[in-house]
Amino acid sequence: MNIRIKFGKYGVMKFIGHLDMMRYFQKAIRRAGIDIAYSGGYSPHQIMSFAAPLGVGITSSGEYFDISVNSTRSSRASIDALNSAMAEGVTILEYKKLPDTAKTSMSLVAAADYHVSMKPEYGTFFSSQEELQRKVEEFFIGQPQILITKQAKKSQMELDLKQFIYGMEAVGLEHGAYALFLRLCTGSSNNIKPELALETFCQFCGLTYQPFQFQTHRLEVYAKSDEIPVKGEKEQQAYRDYLSRLKGSYEKQGKEFPEFLPLGALGEDIP
Amino acid sequence: MNTLALPDEILLSIDKPARYIGNEINMVKKDPSTVAVRFAMCFPDVYEIGMSHLGIQILYSMFNQREDVYCERVYSPWGDLHKIMKERQIPLFTLETQSPVKDMDFLGITIQYEMCYTNILQVLDLSQIPLLSSQRGEGCPIVIGGGPCTYNPEPLADFFDLFYIGEGETRYDELLDLYKSLREQGGTRQEFLRAACKLPGIYVPSLYEATYQEDGTIASFQPKYEDVPATVEKEAEMDLSRAPYPEKPLVPYIKVTQDRVVLEIQRGCIRGCRFCQAGMVYRPTRERELSVLKQYAQEMLENTGHEEISLSSLSSSDYSHLPELVDFLMESKGQGVNISLPSLRIDAFSLEAMGKVQDVRKSSLTFAPEAGSQRLRDVINKGLTEEVILHGAGLAFEGGWQKVKLYFMLGLPTETEEDMREIPRLADKIARRYYEIPKDKRNGKCQITISTSFFVPKPFTPLQWAPMCPKEGYLARAKVVNEEMKAQLNRKSLKYNWHEADVTVLEGVFARGDRRVGQVLQKAYEKGCMFDAWTECFDNQKWMEAFQETGVSIDFYNLRQRDLDEILPWDFIRCGVTKEFLKREWERAQNGQVTLNCKEACNGCGAASYQGGVCLEHQN
Repeated sequence: MNIRIKFGKYGVMKFIGHLDMMRYFQKAIRRAGIDIAYSGGYSPHQIMSFAAPLGVGITSSGEYFDISVNSTRSSRASIDALNSAMAEGVTILEYKKLPDTAKTSMSLVAAADYHVSMKPEYGTFFSSQEELQRKVEEFFIGQPQILITKQAKKSQMELDLKQFIYGMEAVGLEHGAYALFLRLCTGSSNNIKPELALETFCQFCGLTYQPFQFQTHRLEVYAKSDEIPVKGEKEQQAYRDYLSRLKGSYEKQGKEFPEFLPLGALGEDIP
Repeated sequence: MNTLALPDEILLSIDKPARYIGNEINMVKKDPSTVAVRFAMCFPDVYEIGMSHLGIQILYSMFNQREDVYCERVYSPWGDLHKIMKERQIPLFTLETQSPVKDMDFLGITIQYEMCYTNILQVLDLSQIPLLSSQRGEGCPIVIGGGPCTYNPEPLADFFDLFYIGEGETRYDELLDLYKSLREQGGTRQEFLRAACKLPGIYVPSLYEATYQEDGTIASFQPKYEDVPATVEKEAEMDLSRAPYPEKPLVPYIKVTQDRVVLEIQRGCIRGCRFCQAGMVYRPTRERELSVLKQYAQEMLENTGHEEISLSSLSSSDYSHLPELVDFLMESKGQGVNISLPSLRIDAFSLEAMGKVQDVRKSSLTFAPEAGSQRLRDVINKGLTEEVILHGAGLAFEGGWQKVKLYFMLGLPTETEEDMREIPRLADKIARRYYEIPKDKRNGKCQITISTSFFVPKPFTPLQWAPMCPKEGYLARAKVVNEEMKAQLNRKSLKYNWHEADVTVLEGVFARGDRRVGQVLQKAYEKGCMFDAWTECFDNQKWMEAFQETGVSIDFYNLRQRDLDEILPWDFIRCGVTKEFLKREWERAQNGQVTLNCKEACNGCGAASYQGGVCLEHQN
């Protein structure tokens, strides 16, 4: 049985890198007594795969990984067991059963949302939310193309960043604070890191980009809503049916069907 | 959640920020304002090494059991952060509450090897605590040293306020109670040290004075005051089964050297190898009860989620209930949990056990004959014979193993060129044993790796009087071995590793040095030496300058054969094993006479005064 787990990562845990988070969860799953499945062979390992690596320094309320289990308790009980095995700064938010033939979360990742704000000790990101929004409009709406050179491992590549920024605006947060909202193309092809978008934006505005002055927070990771996230013909047909029902319900409410669905949307709670 | 001592801007610019943030699983959280004593426990090396150390985990959990004490951890910041902290005057901090170390009541430093001595100075320096004990004021933490190197604490005497000699489980409660009550009465630092020196196992170096002869040897070593004990007796935990053990060990985020549950099955070793300090100072050999170990194993695996459990002892095969313990671990371990069995004698039982717990094709077998010839093995009382090695290797090869590692020491007392040449010859014999297996039943070539280290005489061993070689002498020895290796029939199956001798020379000075070598340490640190155990950080040039500028002679400490009646810097410590026994053993060594192990016969080493462990087995 496949399970998709959603978690948040806050505070000092932002300094724990992706590979160490994987090791952390391997041990946490044992402490929580989750009946995870192991691969065969001489050195069996837990069957676990992460959706989208999160850079060091970034916090998140929308991280995902999939595991395979032999048996499971309810979603509620599993979330509680996992949370009692967590370090301060990691919270399990969802524990959902996936269809047996579901594709891994990693192969589905298409976009991610971020909030970027300036850390209070470094002042404010422009004078006000309105000023930030004005600059964003100049940058994102005003420019027909945003050409940049992206440094790959060995080569440089010119690309139009605008194609890969799916959303960008200034948003208000609690207590009068505000942040830059970004929805970015994410995944194995054309992965755009928030730092790249931010750096390009700062350059456009004539600001010196100092990465450590900003706190980036990942809000959610998405799959494309029209991608069929299951393997197997029957299951794909069932998903298409599910999708059309979902679309129907959006239409009834007079809402537009979203282009992206959170990775957690495919799973169901286990009663 | 705590605010961190370092801003993001620093943490995001250095290697492995997870070394400095704490918050690990099983980290103890307390409100510091509710405790009477704050203790910073330090392993003076990088986090990944320090976090792998069992002793610290034992003391951390033991101290924190007390409601009135909060024990926090400190490790050496790596060079990248060190530089930033120096530049910006950021005081070294504890991981738990990220508080400055200088605000603690105690700074306890475990001293595991000589090459971390400069890191001790680094920790003091970054903590903004004066390096010299004599310059510390009332507001400074009391700096305590513990661990194996304190069996000769003299090279560090100027830097520590007190040393705890022996095993930590026994006397810390009293020491902390004493501190608490003196502080409540408004007692001073000096009053505390004066009172502490009367506790068994506690050595306050500033209360003793050494004088020297014209030839540089020690003329006298005495307490400065009448009420200060003339000798300090090591502490030993005589009831290991009921002693504190970290049932909830810390689980680090980053990969550390010892990333597993460690089960200490026994303390001490019955073998009596004459070069081995641990084998002497941890006497008498004491075992933990099987039932206790079973319970710890399960609890610790549950509490950590580790995927590996390792047995720890100086010689696991000597543990009386080893087969039962291994069987239990194999039966009860959860899925995906590995068992690691180090320090095993290679015999049918251990090969069978290892065959069950690991992938034979990938793993290698380790033998530590320590010397190439039987003659020299007899000198060092290493019971391993060629017959036993070849038999064990044969069993292993038939069981599917192909890789063998062999460990030797060069520069042992009485060593001849013939002894050196016997090293590759022994390796060749092992390879020949492999090729006796019919071609269709073996899997290609075997791989025999020879590693040699250079012998450093240690205090409280029968070889403590022996001279060392000059640096060139060591390298010449390695060259002989390398030459002889090339003359072997199976040279293509043999591999030889050896190291530079610079570190050996320094280890020699600090292992057997007296108070006067402390100034070299300080000078070397001022010149930028630290992390000397790390090849990439070690700078011999600076060390040589430090010796030159302080006028301390390396040869005086290393090349001299010490007289049996010379006052040795560590003579004021009683560690169970008596000087008479060590002298007897030194003489037997020079005659190539072996001594039976503690289970075969009691040799009257003196450790029986601790009234426990293997010593009691001989009473009936």
